[in-house]
Amino acid sequence: MMAAHLAKEEGAPLAPSIYSLRGVGKVYARRSLVALENVNLDLRKGNFYSVIGSSGCGKSTLLKIMAGLTSPTSGSVVLTGKPVVGPRRDIGMMFQQATLFPWLTTIDNILLPIRIRDGKVAARAKVGDAQALLDLVGLNGFEKAYPSELSGGMAQRAAICRMLITEPAVLLLDEPFSALDELVRDFMNMELQRICMERDATAFLVTHSIAEAVILSDTVFVMGARPGRVIEAVHIDLPRPRTLDMVTSPAFGRYVIHIRDLLSQGASHEHV
Amino acid sequence: MSTFDMHGSEAPVESTVWKEEISLIDSIPQPIAILGLGLVVVLIWHFATASGVVSNIILPSPLETWREIVFVGTNLVTGGYMLAALWVTMQEVLIGFVLATLIGIGLGVIVGETRFGERAVMPYLIAIDTMPKIAFAPLFVAWLGFDISSKVALATFVSVFPILVGTAAGLNSADRNALNLFRTMGATRWQTLVQMKMPAGLPHVFTGLKIASLSVMAGAITGEFLGGGKGFGELIRVAASQLHTPRVFALILYLSLLGLAMFGTVSLIQRKLVFWHKDSRDAGE
Repeated sequence: MMAAHLAKEEGAPLAPSIYSLRGVGKVYARRSLVALENVNLDLRKGNFYSVIGSSGCGKSTLLKIMAGLTSPTSGSVVLTGKPVVGPRRDIGMMFQQATLFPWLTTIDNILLPIRIRDGKVAARAKVGDAQALLDLVGLNGFEKAYPSELSGGMAQRAAICRMLITEPAVLLLDEPFSALDELVRDFMNMELQRICMERDATAFLVTHSIAEAVILSDTVFVMGARPGRVIEAVHIDLPRPRTLDMVTSPAFGRYVIHIRDLLSQGASHEHV
Repeated sequence: MSTFDMHGSEAPVESTVWKEEISLIDSIPQPIAILGLGLVVVLIWHFATASGVVSNIILPSPLETWREIVFVGTNLVTGGYMLAALWVTMQEVLIGFVLATLIGIGLGVIVGETRFGERAVMPYLIAIDTMPKIAFAPLFVAWLGFDISSKVALATFVSVFPILVGTAAGLNSADRNALNLFRTMGATRWQTLVQMKMPAGLPHVFTGLKIASLSVMAGAITGEFLGGGKGFGELIRVAASQLHTPRVFALILYLSLLGLAMFGTVSLIQRKLVFWHKDSRDAGE
């Protein structure tokens, strides 16, 4: 199944792979649980990827391994040619909660990674960059605002800025908009696409929403549980930029149905 | 009839506006309710003492007590011997509070941040915390003598635990994503502690500080009861031993004002320092 898709990929001119996982597995010996088994994937520069699967399929374990927050028990994880053996500064992360620090102004929150890495002086020197990022996400004028003054969507925009300020090689997004209401969520997804396209960012999104995965991604990794594994890498051949109108197109519908079938096969396999 | 008339030919719906009951107490402004209750209590107090039901030696009349409040107040503002006594107690309370804050936060960081502190030190601290700490008063007098150091020690001892527990709890209140975020930013343990866990824990620290700001008074006064000296507690003890109850009431009133000032100051600092925390912003209102 994977081989067929790899063959299909080879037909088009491809951006270089910057993040590759080979035979990655994670076994929790104490619970004798195979959380992940033989995961192989390549993230190519400037592409958007999603991973989708039922809860317990190991997608959060996969994300933690890719973020260098936990070690795999087998396989190799290599980002931009260097093995990932711990937290890395060229990995940007976003969570379901914005996780802004309420005692810092928006601009200080955005500059925090620089301040942690290079100190206060370096952070001050980057104020211009932070300002440019605020413009990029449409938050100009909110530099001095505290997080409590921002709405949920605005807080996530600030979190995007904080993630981008260090110019990471890859963006790991852990259901970043799932706590927002649906209208804001759709809008933020389109914003995310625009920002990723402008910055030629490589993004890896964990999501529960098939529609969100299809509308945003170049490739959707569909995962199954017990053991957690990639069932299929579904390539989404819709033109960019994607628009919310596309959800009514027949092609979009076919992708959604295909992924839903894959997921329910995985589920029936588990006798749920 | 219009085609869009959804109700068709049904009878008009009867109004269901009904009267919500508001209890009497909610209809009275709170300051009036507080003053009113105070007035009722004073009136009962007055009749209890004026009728002779309660002996004047046990409970002085409101008027006697008021006269004594004015007397003690005059002595305090004119710089009499009571002001000197109040200053002694204030010193004990302030030094005790500063020491409790330093020791409490210091031990709290050890307990909250290190596995050694959490696993080895904390059980001992809990064991000590469960003891009736006032019972240590005679020991402090025996160790440190009759001057203010024994009172400072007791005041510190009784007020250090809430600060310690607040600090340790505060350091553990940081959420998992915040910790992961600091890890991915490559933060050192020190950076994580100072730039994230400490500020995140400040509301808990202040909860401890506020409890401590009240118990530190109790510690100092207890120390004075048992260890003598020249403080306000000694004035209370002497007045009580002479059955001069109006003065005891008056002295306690001024002590409680001192306690209130301590609590208010801590609340004010909290509002300035933890401006971003909703409950802290509302503190002291």
